[in-house]
Amino acid sequence: MNASSLAKAVVDGILTGGVYALMAAGLTLIFGVMDIINIAQGALIVLGAYMSYVLSVHLGIDLFLGLFITIPAFFALGVFIEWAFMRRLHERDRTAMSILVTYAVAIIIEGVLSVIFGVDYLQLHASYTDSTFHVFGFYLPYIYVFGFLLAVALLGALYWILYRTHFGRGVRGSLQNRIAAELIGVNVNRVRAVSVGIGVAVTAAGGMLFGATNAFNPSSGYDLISRLLSIVILAGLGSIGGALVAALFMVTLEDVVAVVWSPVWATLVYYASLIVVLSFRPGGLFGKAAVRAQ
Amino acid sequence: MSARWSVRALLVAIGIAVLGLFPLVFSNPTTTSIAEFTLIFMVAASAWNMFSGSSGYIALGHAVYFGCGAYALALLANHLGFAAGWGVFALVPVAGIVAGLIAIPTGLIALRARRHTFVVITIAFMFIFQLAASNLAFTGGTSGLQPPTPLWSVKAYNDNFYYVTAVVLVVTVTLAWLVRRSRFGLQLLAIRDDEERARGLGVRVARIKLTAYVLSAIPVGMVGGIYAYFLGQIFPQFAFDPLFDLSIALMAFIGGLGTLAGPLLGALVLEALQQYFTVQYGASQAYLIIYGALFLAVVLLLPRGVIPSAQELIERWRVRASAPGSEPEEPGRAGDVVKTAGVR
Repeated sequence: MNASSLAKAVVDGILTGGVYALMAAGLTLIFGVMDIINIAQGALIVLGAYMSYVLSVHLGIDLFLGLFITIPAFFALGVFIEWAFMRRLHERDRTAMSILVTYAVAIIIEGVLSVIFGVDYLQLHASYTDSTFHVFGFYLPYIYVFGFLLAVALLGALYWILYRTHFGRGVRGSLQNRIAAELIGVNVNRVRAVSVGIGVAVTAAGGMLFGATNAFNPSSGYDLISRLLSIVILAGLGSIGGALVAALFMVTLEDVVAVVWSPVWATLVYYASLIVVLSFRPGGLFGKAAVRAQ
Repeated sequence: MSARWSVRALLVAIGIAVLGLFPLVFSNPTTTSIAEFTLIFMVAASAWNMFSGSSGYIALGHAVYFGCGAYALALLANHLGFAAGWGVFALVPVAGIVAGLIAIPTGLIALRARRHTFVVITIAFMFIFQLAASNLAFTGGTSGLQPPTPLWSVKAYNDNFYYVTAVVLVVTVTLAWLVRRSRFGLQLLAIRDDEERARGLGVRVARIKLTAYVLSAIPVGMVGGIYAYFLGQIFPQFAFDPLFDLSIALMAFIGGLGTLAGPLLGALVLEALQQYFTVQYGASQAYLIIYGALFLAVVLLLPRGVIPSAQELIERWRVRASAPGSEPEEPGRAGDVVKTAGVR
């Protein structure tokens, strides 16, 4: 270990952490508005990676330009999933049932992808994924920086929607108290549909960035969803700002442990830190444990 | 009341007879091998349901105990120099006990959290154990372990494993039945329905939950051991498999969460179907689509599972047959269970 590899780990961690923050924000938004844990988020990210793959390899569309197609498509997919599956769950034990329903959606996505693409690993390629630049004594592919910037831009857009628009006020109202929001005239069904749409739409971007920085196959979603769930649970379910902090913290921690100790045990530290934090704060770091208690 | 009991006794007798006679009637090794895997999952789903179905805490990390049982059996058989054969089956209860012991600390940590956080912690445990098994020296890393393989003929091999697993199944279902009938089982149901109120009424919530959790881990560890011995090898990704967690939950849900027969029916249908698909169409992933679609259909259309829905249907039919528009005179115990399920 030396200073340069440690610096690389920290920079890597922060840049990748930004992308995880984006994906986790979608997950926690869906939970906050609907009390639904969307296990399919991981599979949707993988689906996003495959969509970008198809667009770039078969149609020759640039990865970033392709997002103008995939993000709206995923928004529509999210609205459909909300309408078809989530809305039908009963208020009571909705969280538990949602885990099962969205897990089923994840399996179906995995099955469809395996049938179409097979189980071999793929990776997205473009000029900026293969060329690197020199910084702090190590080489970094451009995609990490571009991906981080895209994640920041999308998170900024999410922030703007949530805090600067009328619709966002409705979402935040529904996050705080669903019944009260309904009483003062928020169209909760529309808020839910659009929130899930947004939560799923960010996975299109997340999937492209994941696919450009990692090799993926149809079952990569399991690893992703367990990481994302760890992040949002550590942050406290429903806390979007917390998810950003937790994502940066966890991913950087993992990367640093990989350098300082061993890459093999880095994942262990990742999950162990979740268990340690939850042992002391069962509601997560920024969670409203008492409010959401069942 | 007594009529219902005799119907149940008859069903149990038929079930045990089918269980006992199956390998005699269907002696094809492919079929008995499918049956063996099905039995393993019937035990696991039944045990999982004993905790998750009764308490309402959905655990998605029981693969931890399956894997620990598998590794415990393989390690003990290899290091204690067990000759391949019937002797190794003596280690099956030991595998269950090891799994139970591991369930104590993991359960203590996971059960501190509320329901949806609990789910995620159990998933995290699953990945931690999978990672540990892939990287520790004594578990053989990613190449796994090979317990001794008995030199039986194919037919004897499958039959012996089948009957051992059948015994474990009968023990597990009996245990689940005893739990359901006991005061302990009622306390679990109270926790499922309203944990705060149960606590207020004097139920020792933490202790009850942990006991049920450990109890449900033991049979899963036992079939984990059988699984390792049956396959003759065990790898981290098969021992600690996220799909295993999902499968047993799905089986219990399809059959009817919290019922005795539900997980058995669910495992019987799903595992047999999946094994059949694998045998018929090779290692194709297409079954995932069917699996997921079936799951969705059941959760959305029969949210309480097949058995409770069927029970309700029979109940309604019976009421209509006896006296139109009147309630059943004495709902009895089974009726109570149906009603509780209906409120959920």
